[in-house]
Amino acid sequence: MLKDITIGQFFPGNSLIHRLDSRFKIIMDIAYVVMLFTASNYLGLVAVGLFMILLYIMSGVGLRLVLKSLRPIMPLIAITCILNLFFIRGSGEPLLNIGGVIMIYPEGITTSIFMAVRIMFLIIGMSLLTYTTSPIELTDAIERLLSPLKKLHFPVHELAMMMTIALRFIPTLIEETDKIMSAQKARGANLDTGGLMKKAKALIPVMIPLFVSAFKRANELALAMECRCYRGGEGRTRMKQLHSGLKDYIALAVMALFFAELILLNIYIPYLGIPYMVP
Amino acid sequence: MSVIELKNVTYKYSAGTPFEAVAVNNVSLTVEKGEFCGIIGHTGSGKSTLIQHLNGLVKPTLGEVYIDGENIWSKDVDIREVRFKAGLVFQYSEHQLFEETVYKDISYGPKNMGLSEEEIDTRVRAAAESMGISEELLERSPFDLSGGQKRRVALAGIIAMKPEILILDEPAAGLDPIGRESVLSRISEYHKKYGTTILLVSHSMEDIVRFAEKVLVMNKGEVFCHSPTDEVFARQDEIIKIGLDVPQITRVIMKLRQKGIDLGSDIYTVERAKERILEYMAKGRIC
Repeated sequence: MLKDITIGQFFPGNSLIHRLDSRFKIIMDIAYVVMLFTASNYLGLVAVGLFMILLYIMSGVGLRLVLKSLRPIMPLIAITCILNLFFIRGSGEPLLNIGGVIMIYPEGITTSIFMAVRIMFLIIGMSLLTYTTSPIELTDAIERLLSPLKKLHFPVHELAMMMTIALRFIPTLIEETDKIMSAQKARGANLDTGGLMKKAKALIPVMIPLFVSAFKRANELALAMECRCYRGGEGRTRMKQLHSGLKDYIALAVMALFFAELILLNIYIPYLGIPYMVP
Repeated sequence: MSVIELKNVTYKYSAGTPFEAVAVNNVSLTVEKGEFCGIIGHTGSGKSTLIQHLNGLVKPTLGEVYIDGENIWSKDVDIREVRFKAGLVFQYSEHQLFEETVYKDISYGPKNMGLSEEEIDTRVRAAAESMGISEELLERSPFDLSGGQKRRVALAGIIAMKPEILILDEPAAGLDPIGRESVLSRISEYHKKYGTTILLVSHSMEDIVRFAEKVLVMNKGEVFCHSPTDEVFARQDEIIKIGLDVPQITRVIMKLRQKGIDLGSDIYTVERAKERILEYMAKGRIC
């Protein structure tokens, strides 16, 4: 059950996408999100979708994983759809009018579909970054990208170290939770049935041992780090240096071109597909 | 009467995905009431998965599990009742402790059974006593105890449910010699007193030989053999071949036999070795 979580998971591979410099990948991922929100018509959305599919094919990450990453955000998409469907008021006649309270306009339908697709593309695209970049590389890149903030005395290294540790311990804690849940079930704990309050109460025997062991682990880890003379980021070198090369700049250039194309699409065909939405 | 019966049980992890792995392969097995059965096998031989089938924590991919002659996965069986009947103590069971006091922690299982206050009280005190937990410890926090004490509290938590079958996964792992001895001998005493069926998973052949009447040897997800202790260790060579150990004393006797001093091939305990050596010397055949 808990082992099925795929968001934030890394799937090792040796594709071009895997080998790109992680700093560039993060920048491109941010650009992708901006792009997604720049696309104000269906054509733009389709273009972004095609671009994303191309990247996935290049990375060799399977379709099954893509669908899996979508499953947990389905409720969010559903809520967004419903809100848009009922609350967007159009200029024409409503398609459905129940006592003047529930009114559905064609604009509502188009907007909610548009929003749903946008959120899905957002999650799928962002997942590609974590699927193809190891957590260590990711935090290294974040540390490097944020390093200008050091001038403002922002603890960049410490933040990155915290992220590394947190990511490292997610699988360990999931395994531990599974074990403790089994142990309490063997004592007759009823974790699956009952109302919300009852369920929350039933989780106490799982949460307390989990917290105890997490604190114990943190303590041991801190001690082990101190024993190896860890003293923060100052003057610290890394075993694996991040290297950027020609391929990274080419990837960035492709991304920029695509972005430009999307902006052009917006300017020249502003009203295709979704005429009612204000860009 | 057999209290546990497994029929062609197979369990696959992540069935239907590329990560599929068989943990338990076509295991059929019966355990008699009151039996003290030791379970040995390599890490990854399927021991832990197998014992989780017995109280319904794991549902077999194929095959059936019968406890007390009842198929535990048939619709009219409440799986929680099965868990009260077959008490499972996990490895490093002290990690499950969570209550403010030892007393409250031991009473968690009985409370889940829905027993009356008086019944819970008697059971908690009886379980604490049989695991050697003194009255004054009952009001202490379980997190303040020593490793061995914590382990015994966790054991008492299961024993307080008075299960017909007690399944223990490495109950002595990671304890110092005194802790080991006190946990294992108390389990043995409990078995003698109440005649509970006990399944004991252990890596220590010495412990198995000392306490178990029968031994179940697991190898690569299959049952290698399930027979009385004597018969199992009589197959020393095969046991060593599948990568398991025989008791240290048996190894010593084997070495002696290779040097021409034959004391017999049925020696698994230091006690018996001592007898045989004394006999041998009495005959005046020592060099």
